[in-house]
Amino acid sequence: MKHSTRWLGTVGALATASALVLTGCSSGGGGGGSDESGDGAGDLTPVTLQLQWVAQAQFAGYYAAVDQGYYEEEGLDVTIEEGGPDIVPQDVLASGDVDFAISWVPKVLGSIEQGANITDVAQIFERSATTQISFKDKNITKPADLAGTNVGSWGYGNEWELFAGMQKEGVKLEDISLVQQAFDMTGFLSGDIDAAQAMTYNEYAQVLETVNPETGELYQPEDLNVIDWNDAGTAMLQDAIWANADKLESDADYAETTVKFIKASIKGWIYAAENPQEAADIVTAAGSTLGQSHQLWMTNEVNKLIWPSTNGVGLIDEAAWASTVDIALNTKNETGATIITADPPETAYSNEYVQKALDELTEEGVDIMGTDYAPVDVTLKEGGN
Amino acid sequence: MNRSGRGTTWRRIATGALGIVLLCAAWELYKLLGPADGVVVGGLTILPRTSDLAMPHLWTMAERVLEPVTGASNAVPMWEAVLQASLFTLGISAVGWLVGVSVGLALALLMQRFRLAEQAVLPWVILSQTVPLIAIAPLVRRWGAQIHFGEFTWENWMSVAMIASYLAFFPVSVGALRGLSSPDAAHVDLMRCYSVGWWKTLWRLRLPASVGYLLPALRLAAASAVIGAVVAEVSIGLRGGIGRLIVEYAGAAGGDPGKPWAPIFGSVLVGLVAAGFVGLIGLFLRRFRRGEVPA
Repeated sequence: MKHSTRWLGTVGALATASALVLTGCSSGGGGGGSDESGDGAGDLTPVTLQLQWVAQAQFAGYYAAVDQGYYEEEGLDVTIEEGGPDIVPQDVLASGDVDFAISWVPKVLGSIEQGANITDVAQIFERSATTQISFKDKNITKPADLAGTNVGSWGYGNEWELFAGMQKEGVKLEDISLVQQAFDMTGFLSGDIDAAQAMTYNEYAQVLETVNPETGELYQPEDLNVIDWNDAGTAMLQDAIWANADKLESDADYAETTVKFIKASIKGWIYAAENPQEAADIVTAAGSTLGQSHQLWMTNEVNKLIWPSTNGVGLIDEAAWASTVDIALNTKNETGATIITADPPETAYSNEYVQKALDELTEEGVDIMGTDYAPVDVTLKEGGN
Repeated sequence: MNRSGRGTTWRRIATGALGIVLLCAAWELYKLLGPADGVVVGGLTILPRTSDLAMPHLWTMAERVLEPVTGASNAVPMWEAVLQASLFTLGISAVGWLVGVSVGLALALLMQRFRLAEQAVLPWVILSQTVPLIAIAPLVRRWGAQIHFGEFTWENWMSVAMIASYLAFFPVSVGALRGLSSPDAAHVDLMRCYSVGWWKTLWRLRLPASVGYLLPALRLAAASAVIGAVVAEVSIGLRGGIGRLIVEYAGAAGGDPGKPWAPIFGSVLVGLVAAGFVGLIGLFLRRFRRGEVPA
């Protein structure tokens, strides 16, 4: 008897300890899980947006639209779902878990060919932010110069503009040594990578936030050569708002919500263009841990991808779309595969909804071209802080 | 506790501290004396570069932990942010560990009770660990997102806990099965002579006998649960945990080399606390510990 009571005591103590841990967690989970949902009051339509990465100024317009109440004005209660390294926004959208998603066109084209029935309803970024950067002494100023060097790429659909640019100038994949690039720029800074992939709004800034051991000062833009795929002619369309094609077809309410969502998102981006510092602060308040100068830099660079707009913000430029599809069809990667093997279906993009949104905005007297847009000057500090 | 017992405790603490000091010394010594370009054998880097980027000084990391996360006026100190994230991850790991241990124990009991179950289930238990569940964490998150009944909705952290439990249940089921089958045939026969039923045999003989096998299995499960939780957090970018900090701070590796190391120390801390918790269980069960068998 004596034994079994002790044994019971042990079990009891363990159970208590476990219960304590469990309760500790459930409160932690609740605090961390919920995002930017508004009050959820009244007749607002709940809408979820899937981002392709964690909160950062790349998505400043959407966070600003939540913060400034633009979505609410349109009767929407928008929840922003952050992404992560293995989250594929277009798959999350196609499986019906969210209402809209942000993703790059070339990445989605592959998914569409594999059966994801989704539509690009607004091409928010008009220009590509992907570049290939190298230190001046490497003398890599055009894609042809990449031959014989160590070229970094993140892969996973980020490599196509690079490959297309090389193909255009006759550099074969065998001519370079392709290096898998990590999330940081240490491979580039330590010399393992001669020409590294860099987004103007992120990795390029990461380099400029690093102290140059030779001068003791931060690296300067003059230290770097930049191959911009917009100039090389192999830019592909990037951040776009994607919607569920089936629901656009069958559900009139969803189609209407799509117009409202695009309209409010554009207002968010206009806010970000006019108030870059405030927009950066909104993103930081939403939980981004990027340093302040880095966040502002990102806001400013992302604005440059949108403003000034050629046709009206969000409108899909048919020539740019055709060029993106052409590259997706004809550029081979290291295994000889292309992104897609046949032209995408007609449902792959539609200007119908963004046009309606733009018409409404124009009626309200909003400048949808951003003709007066001027970027701000951002001074990066060490470590982006 | 008598004097000699206290003596060994102190010796163990001293040995542990010495281990950490040696590790730190090795880091700084290699950084000081190692080749600047690292050790490369056949194009493969065996040992890292000694630059401040690849291997920041320990004091760089320590200083960074004391500074605020960002330059924002309301930014919390790094150690506070990491500690918060560690607690979050620890909680998820604990849930995963509990679920994993429960499932593992239940499976072990089932397999011990029915020979047929052992033959049917054990191969699957082993096979289960070949599924790269961590890699399909986003899928688990999406399956979870479909679950709604009544007031209950599946939260993303539950997907992470599930992956932690999936890694944790394996050592427990295998270890507990070995433990439950460990009593001598003579002891089992004795129970049978007393015409004691299966349940009572389990309580009086098999469970106490299994403790020596179970404790290492629980410790292994705790480590697996922490690893599973952190990696799954990285994978789906779950806000609040250590994994998310690792993703977010990675970009600062160039300009702020100390920053990415802070969450790594956090995950070490989580692992230590988890192992310590299992040690506590061992303290409760020390009556039954007659020599531990590695799982």
